[in-house]
Amino acid sequence: MIELNQFLILSALLFSIGVIGIFLNRKNVIIILMSIEIILLSVNINLISFSHFLGDLTGQIISLFVLTVAAAEAAIGLAILVIYNRNAGTIEIEKINSLKG
Amino acid sequence: MIHSIVLLPLIGFMISCLLSFFKNDQTLDLISQVLTSLFISISAVLSFYLFIINLTDPQIYKFILFSWITSGDLSVNWSLYIDSVTRVMLVVITSVSALVHIYSIGYMSHDDSKPRFMGYLSLFTFAMIMLVTADNFLQLFFGWEGVGLASYLLIGFWYKKPSANAAAIKAFIVNRVGDFGLALGIFTIYMVFGSIEYQTVFENLDKFNATNFNFVGYEINAITLICFLLFIGAMGKSAQLFLHTWLPDAMEGPTPVSALIHAATMVTAGVFLVVRCSPLFDLSVEASSFVTLVGASTAFFAATIGLVQNDIKRVIAYSTCSQLGYMFFAAGLGAYGAAMFHLFTHAFFKALLFLGAGSVIHSVHDEQDMRKMGGIYIFTPLTHAMMVIGTISLMGFPFTSGFYSKDAIIEAAYLSDALFSNYAYFLGTLGVVMTSFYSWRLMFLTFNGNTRMEEQKFRDVHESPYVMLMPLFILAIGALSFGYIFKSYFIGSASDEFWNHTIANHHYEPHYIPFLIYYLPAMLGIVGFIVAWYMYLKNTKLPVAIASLNEPLYKFLLNKWYFDEFYHYIFVIPARGIGRFFWKIVDGYFIDGFGPNGIASIVLKISEKARSIQTGFIYHYAFSILIGLSFLITYFIFVI
Amino acid sequence: MTASLLSFYIFSTVILISSLMVITTKNPVHSVLFLILSFFNGAGLFIILHAEFLAMILIIVYVGAVAVLFLFVVMMLDFKVSIDKNNILQYLPIGFFVGVVFISELMIVLINTKFDLSNIQILVNPMLKFENLTNTEAIGSILYTDYILYFQLSGVILLVAMIGSIVLTLRTRDGVKRQSIQAQLDRNYKSTITMVDPKSNEGIDI
Repeated sequence: MIELNQFLILSALLFSIGVIGIFLNRKNVIIILMSIEIILLSVNINLISFSHFLGDLTGQIISLFVLTVAAAEAAIGLAILVIYNRNAGTIEIEKINSLKG
Repeated sequence: MIHSIVLLPLIGFMISCLLSFFKNDQTLDLISQVLTSLFISISAVLSFYLFIINLTDPQIYKFILFSWITSGDLSVNWSLYIDSVTRVMLVVITSVSALVHIYSIGYMSHDDSKPRFMGYLSLFTFAMIMLVTADNFLQLFFGWEGVGLASYLLIGFWYKKPSANAAAIKAFIVNRVGDFGLALGIFTIYMVFGSIEYQTVFENLDKFNATNFNFVGYEINAITLICFLLFIGAMGKSAQLFLHTWLPDAMEGPTPVSALIHAATMVTAGVFLVVRCSPLFDLSVEASSFVTLVGASTAFFAATIGLVQNDIKRVIAYSTCSQLGYMFFAAGLGAYGAAMFHLFTHAFFKALLFLGAGSVIHSVHDEQDMRKMGGIYIFTPLTHAMMVIGTISLMGFPFTSGFYSKDAIIEAAYLSDALFSNYAYFLGTLGVVMTSFYSWRLMFLTFNGNTRMEEQKFRDVHESPYVMLMPLFILAIGALSFGYIFKSYFIGSASDEFWNHTIANHHYEPHYIPFLIYYLPAMLGIVGFIVAWYMYLKNTKLPVAIASLNEPLYKFLLNKWYFDEFYHYIFVIPARGIGRFFWKIVDGYFIDGFGPNGIASIVLKISEKARSIQTGFIYHYAFSILIGLSFLITYFIFVI
Repeated sequence: MTASLLSFYIFSTVILISSLMVITTKNPVHSVLFLILSFFNGAGLFIILHAEFLAMILIIVYVGAVAVLFLFVVMMLDFKVSIDKNNILQYLPIGFFVGVVFISELMIVLINTKFDLSNIQILVNPMLKFENLTNTEAIGSILYTDYILYFQLSGVILLVAMIGSIVLTLRTRDGVKRQSIQAQLDRNYKSTITMVDPKSNEGIDI
């Protein structure tokens, strides 16, 4: 019998992997977007597992909406990335510091 | 009628203020001059009339105009209180002021701001009248400060001259020192008596005679303390020994100013204060002795300096200082009537001398150094005659006004057995010789002998216009005759009735004086005349020889006993140092450093450091989010 | 060891490993492919949890659209496959430390928590109502009735996303001739033809 805790541990680990991916990458911006997708996946796992173990269907509805928003945000993010590449010529992390104070 | 005496100068001042805004309009200037002179003259005639009708059976007039302060127990009114002392002062003030106004029409005819001058003169007159018609100490203080202000404005009238500005500030500040003492005295009066009206104070003197007052830790008799503090105020205003430094510098103002303020009126405010508070001074032996001491010392000290001065106005200024010393030591000995009498006569002949000197200066085209004058009596006979009259009155030639008043004072010193009376007598007699000597020295150097002027200038010397000579004539009449006419009212047989218990006059009847002593001052005056004649007309090389023989003494006297330099080292330099310290270090470094400038620069530094947090790298921002999140989780796990 | 437990362990292991590979592999195409793998395993986890509809939607939408979009962008942009070793080592200690703290806290909490889920009173859409329906029908019966507003809103979000992408990336190229029907129809003889009467031996200024 699978306990709820195990799913939650899995979800937490996935979440932290995603967060680590955001700030521990030195390569390019796509990795950040992909890490965000991993985070959203972990959230979805969390919601669905709660929905199963509580016996409530609301979790799955919410998960559906999260999916929608994730798709929209990935699209916009990639569009911005394409435009940035067009203007700046590169998408290396080290060069994106025009917000420097 | 009495209200008009007080208010006419004020109206004159206000009109002149208004007219002074129109610069260099001939008609308006003339209007301001004539109008103010007219007002003050009406005041003078009215006050003289008031004086005459109250010679026998004097009345006391009291009007309360309106209430000024009512605060708890303190209630002070604007009021007019006219008794004999006030009437004497009113005559002096208004008549000299009226004559000075008329004189100024001629003297200031080349000046640009005539309305301003006339306005200030009227303001001064008004403040002085307020001073003498007060019935409480606060109105007296108002008048006191008012005349100080008018003196500042008038001394610095030619404000484009830096020396005039400096002199005006010096006068005001030295006066301030005295005013501080006066203010403390008024506070003490209020604390002891509970009221500052003359009537309440003078009626309750017996009750508080033996009370002590705690003054900075010492228990002093209250009356003595009050008298001391009031006298310090008088010292400042009347340029007595230690607070005299402003008077010679005040000669930077125009000559009519010197005549009005520094001969007849403002400097006599101190004497008026002491005489007004004579019941108080009578009760305190220590204070009266102090007054005598200071007065006699001043009389001697100022006369010594006047011996060697070269500026014509400075000689007369030191003469004023010296004569005030006489008045004060008379007051200190209890002869208040004699002090008032000398004030009365001195106003006339000293104003005569000052205005005459102004006429001389006008004639020799604004030259004030006596070493560059001489022999001008041919061209200015009338001025010469008037100044001779003034000089003989000053030195106490028999039957002139000065004779009666000065002799009364010296006899009082001889007859009295107060603490410093012998000291006062000795110094007073010495002062007579010196007074005569320097007065005649002034006359001989200016008018007689061979001229030391340039040829061209000498030929241009001319008599002053009649508008300037007319006041001299009137003052000469006063200098000659008022002494004899009013002698009995001030100090003679009718004096008790005249003063009518308003002042605590002591009688020093001159019946018991040896013949020699009685005529000694007159003889000493003639001795002084002869010595001056010899030194400055017969043997003109003698003064230079004496000066070079006694070089240190000569320099000592010429530099006014080095008082100015002394004060400079003791007071001015430390004050300036303290001021600079507070400005640069306390204000600049500390307050600005921790205040505006310091905070501004600290904010700048902090914001520069804070700016480096914004690196522009997204992963730094995300990292900080993670760190914050970890802290929060730690907090929630372990603390809650 | 039931089948569900075994499959759970397999799925979760693969998902964790592949997400680790997403962020550590050098080649961006590889990381996209690993992302797709983790999505598939996620779908498997959903099926274990009796949410078939969502599992299929995950595959269709996420893998079929979003991950493919990622692949497009990765192929389109020119990524420099570069690693700067210095920078990693500079930030590794503090990042490692914070990460370990974070993970360990989560683990501590989650391992020691006991969930008692037997008497839950507040259930908005209890599954007991949908005993006889498939997951799809169950979701559909409440999505279009109780949650119609959120459904429409998510549609609007997608619309905004689409418009945003187009607005951001649309550019007009220079030098391309296009027809503008509007301009063609607005043409007026007054602005195109002028009548001139030339004199002989003189030219015309156009």
